[in-house]
Amino acid sequence: MTTFGADQAGWFGEPGAWGGRFMPEALVAALDELTDAWTAAMADPEFTGAFARILREYAGTPSPLYHAERLSAQVGARVLLKREDLNHTGAHKIRNVLGQALLTKRMGKDRVIAETGAGQHGVASATAAAYFGLDCTVYMGAVDTRRQALNVARMQLLGARVVPVESGSATLKDAINEALRDWVASVDHTAYLFGTAAGPHPFPSMVRDFTRGIGDEARAQCLEQFGVLPDAVAACVGGGSNAIGLFAAFLDDDEVAIHGYEPGGDGVETGRHAATIHAGEPGVLHGARTFILQDADGQTIESHSISAGLDYPGVGPQHAHLAATGRASYSPVTDAEAMDAFALLSRTEGIIPAIESAHAVAGGLELARRLGAERGPEATVLISLSGRGDKDMGTAIDWFGLGDTDAGDTDTEESR
Amino acid sequence: MSVGAAFAQCRAEGRAALIGYLPAGFPDVEGSIAALRTMVSAGCDVIEIGLPYSDPVMDGPTIQAAAQQALDGGVRTRDVLRTVEAVAATGTPTLVMTYWNPVERYGVDRFAADLASAGGAGLITPDITPDFAPEWIAAADAHELDKVFLVAPSSTDERIAMTTAACRGFVYATAVMGVTGARATSSDLAGPLVARTRALSPADLPIGVGLGVSTRAQAAEVAEYADGVIVGSAFVRTLLDRGADDGLAALGSLTEQLSRGVRHDA
Repeated sequence: MTTFGADQAGWFGEPGAWGGRFMPEALVAALDELTDAWTAAMADPEFTGAFARILREYAGTPSPLYHAERLSAQVGARVLLKREDLNHTGAHKIRNVLGQALLTKRMGKDRVIAETGAGQHGVASATAAAYFGLDCTVYMGAVDTRRQALNVARMQLLGARVVPVESGSATLKDAINEALRDWVASVDHTAYLFGTAAGPHPFPSMVRDFTRGIGDEARAQCLEQFGVLPDAVAACVGGGSNAIGLFAAFLDDDEVAIHGYEPGGDGVETGRHAATIHAGEPGVLHGARTFILQDADGQTIESHSISAGLDYPGVGPQHAHLAATGRASYSPVTDAEAMDAFALLSRTEGIIPAIESAHAVAGGLELARRLGAERGPEATVLISLSGRGDKDMGTAIDWFGLGDTDAGDTDTEESR
Repeated sequence: MSVGAAFAQCRAEGRAALIGYLPAGFPDVEGSIAALRTMVSAGCDVIEIGLPYSDPVMDGPTIQAAAQQALDGGVRTRDVLRTVEAVAATGTPTLVMTYWNPVERYGVDRFAADLASAGGAGLITPDITPDFAPEWIAAADAHELDKVFLVAPSSTDERIAMTTAACRGFVYATAVMGVTGARATSSDLAGPLVARTRALSPADLPIGVGLGVSTRAQAAEVAEYADGVIVGSAFVRTLLDRGADDGLAALGSLTEQLSRGVRHDA
């Protein structure tokens, strides 16, 4: 058990506090099998060596740690960006799927299923399935398949079958429900590549282990390039896989502050948001006890965010534990603040981030301003730039009114 | 009558029990009460009332549609308890089948107390296993409620023994690997699962078999080896297809057919 990690039953904190495994009995044997296989694999140099090699040769890691000097000058502190946007498929998610797909091969299963919201995890899963020669089915809310037709086409090109989910709210949470329904019937030959560090044990811990290269690399790069640890690390938190992958490496560094930024949507006060830790309440969703958005009867409330990848009414249980213990703090960033940061990073550094990552940039820059004022320009904030923004250009066109060559003014308060 | 007593009576009659499921609030609260009472008077020995939930991962399209309709109609947890009260008043043992979060949200002990005072017999909990249910087990014991957990074809012997030791009322054997829904053919996994469960469970614990039964012949087939035949989607499908006009009559007639099935009454 690592610091702030889960016990053998999957509880973070006291037994019964966060996480666990609230699942149908029919899936328990498969989750036990997965737990055993993952535990054995992580202790097997053959597996960890193969994973490291695939990440290096195929996914393009380690991703660079980039000193954003123009942004740093603006905010009066050193701003470092962990460039996960430069990974193959354009986000940190490739780390998780390659890890889980390699484990699937090791377990002798020949089919994978996945859920996806915007399509990023679906594309990553289809990519990993192609790489390993696995059959792949991706469940995607019907609303999302229409909003993200390009990603549907990507998945199909990569050989995956995309199944639109019409039930419930026809978005990410319903895609997870449908993937679980598939898994109950196919578990003997199918692995579920879960897309974030949530769900039943062992997924929160396993996904963290497969994404923690983000943090391990960033910590070593920061020491090597600047000779210090950062004063603070920052990441966006939807389900929380890039965040837990970054945070995991710094949990024992008491001097490093840890900040997660949740999707504040139209503003938490409007009720249209996905800030589950900040504004949700403890409950059980998709197999784990964590913070969720729910009504007085425990029915899940639909979340809202401009970023489809953060638009989830739950959050990984280790984040709930880190919040409850005070080791990490979580605060909301609104759609508008995220889009300001999206434009600012594009114009100041020539990096178009994923809107998910723009939440981390918005929160991280605010934090850098504060730390810079307190501690001077050597104060260092390390931000996870979890993905690139190509996929978000449709949203950006609508938000900023781009595309018309007579207009297209994306000036924000920060860049003027 | 308790669930245990209902099973004992069926056993004394040399037959299996017929266990019927409908979600509360479908097609609306009063409609579900009328439908469940129809099922009781037409021959269901035990009633399961579903608590509609936004994320029903173990349910197929039929029950999902009914639950969604109930939620869209504004059904609340307190309406489910009111439905229990109205159905339990018939004297037929009435369980609630619910996903876990609505119970946790209501307050586990408070839910148990209110269910008991409504005359409810206990809970069937499809997405929580005994090893993750200490709070529910304590509340059920305090309020003398039945605890129905599930076993599946994928369950290990150790888990079947653990699960059945925690059950009271009966143990719910899911006969197929998959979600709820009517199936044309019975599963070849059901018989072996029931045999394994019988060998590993306390001697007096009845075994109910669920998932897929929709006809008298299927009910008769399952009744050969199980103590109870659980029917859900077929009842829901009947109400979905027939609507308000002759839905109740169709429901009554289906119940009678299934009831003859569990009695081997050709």
